[in-house]
Amino acid sequence: MTRIVTQAANASELIRAVEQADSPARLTEAVRALTEAQLEAGIPVLIKVLGYNNPEAAGVAVKGLVKLGKVAVPAILEQLDDYNYGARAYSFRALATIADPQALDALLSAAAADFAPSVRKAAAKGLGDLDWSQLPDEQREPAQQKTLEVLLQILQDLDWAIRYAAIVGLQGLAKAGMQGNPAAPSTSSGVTSQILHRFDHLAQADPDLAVRARVVMAQQQLGVSDPTEGALRVALEPIAH
Amino acid sequence: MLESRPPHSSEPTPDAPQAGEPLTLEKAFANLTDPDVSLRYYAAWWLGKFASGEPRVVDALILALQDEADRTELGGYPLRRNAARALGKLADRRAVPALIDCLDCSDFYVREAAAQSLGMLADPTCVPSLLKLLEGGVEGNLLVPGRPHPVQPVEAAMEALEALRAREAVPLIEPFLHHPLPRVQYAAARALHVLTRNPVYGERLIKAIPTVDLKLRRTLLMDLGASGYLPGAEAIAQAAVENSFKLIALRSLLENHLREANESTLSPASQQVMSLMDALL
Repeated sequence: MTRIVTQAANASELIRAVEQADSPARLTEAVRALTEAQLEAGIPVLIKVLGYNNPEAAGVAVKGLVKLGKVAVPAILEQLDDYNYGARAYSFRALATIADPQALDALLSAAAADFAPSVRKAAAKGLGDLDWSQLPDEQREPAQQKTLEVLLQILQDLDWAIRYAAIVGLQGLAKAGMQGNPAAPSTSSGVTSQILHRFDHLAQADPDLAVRARVVMAQQQLGVSDPTEGALRVALEPIAH
Repeated sequence: MLESRPPHSSEPTPDAPQAGEPLTLEKAFANLTDPDVSLRYYAAWWLGKFASGEPRVVDALILALQDEADRTELGGYPLRRNAARALGKLADRRAVPALIDCLDCSDFYVREAAAQSLGMLADPTCVPSLLKLLEGGVEGNLLVPGRPHPVQPVEAAMEALEALRAREAVPLIEPFLHHPLPRVQYAAARALHVLTRNPVYGERLIKAIPTVDLKLRRTLLMDLGASGYLPGAEAIAQAAVENSFKLIALRSLLENHLREANESTLSPASQQVMSLMDALL
């Protein structure tokens, strides 16, 4: 009993220290102390810190939320800040790392349509890392199919960094598809084969060398690169617009 | 192509002189000789941004390099500056002799724009003229009193010589490692790394990162990216700069390395650069 009371007092003190911090350095320190205690009660205030325009404190808060994991996801989704894209990008980095498919719809709409490139990149990468095993079998395939559609759609973006993030997401999704078929591991899912087919094309055709290189790396890491055809195309004639 | 540093003369999007319909190629071409100098100035910028290098557009811009009508209070030539910048983007080497002549213009910003464009056009005939800009050394290229730039556009000249892979420039560039302006020192280190592949110069850029303010740190990251010095990847990823900026610098580093090494299979070091990029998304 005494111990629980002490903990509660300790929790509200730790939270108050974050709310009352009067310098960027003290804020970071207070956030660090709160994340080390790993308190569910601290989740709302950690999310608020993402919007304080203090990159160091926000970085610590993201790590704290990730450490708390699944239990933090509903609150992060609830508190997504429509007016502060910096805060939103941190939220999506946290969601991406926690990898809970509860965040699937939020990740899909952010990757497809958020106005801030930093948010779209974080969401696109996160889509590839989702822990699909948490979804019931009958939901998994439609969810992966929808994710595939969104990632293929943002591959058309003019911003090379968005396309780069889409490749990272697609690599993750392809890997999930390869593992998700334990009955017949040699036959990849439809999602995976569509991705691999797309990669073959992009390795030759994306206008940005960095994006082509990332595709080749994805092919190598997935173990699907063909030594004769998988070579990186360093020079590329400019593609007519 | 190498990633350009921000020049001394910023290149803002000029305001369209009149509210009204956006320019078309025909209209911009016609405006380039309009009696209204503000229309000419805007048209030159527009052509650099949106035109493809049709011969008549290039000819008209070359002619604009000799404009006498558009002058600033200090005697600058705004139309010539925009025309020189536009010609770099249009990739027609016929502009090279006229741009070389611009390196003698009395307006610093015309000389700077011409040097940058000569670097982009990749025609080595301009190398001796670019070298001349550096001949004054550090003493001859201190800041002009009251102005934010040195006597000659030495940063633009070094960047162009780097792009042209003019190894004979090395002895003339080396003294600028000791220029009092840090951004000139970094431009020198970057060019020297590209021209010699000596890691000493890449290390010098890395060591400077934590010692400078945010604005200069961004310039340094771009320089490190353009240098193609792969051991700089970790330093870029760790720098206290926005993620989006680090991503651009790492991409430049990766691409410059891949082109220089003509890597057809990815080396572990190149893969490591991409792992760092992934972590910044």
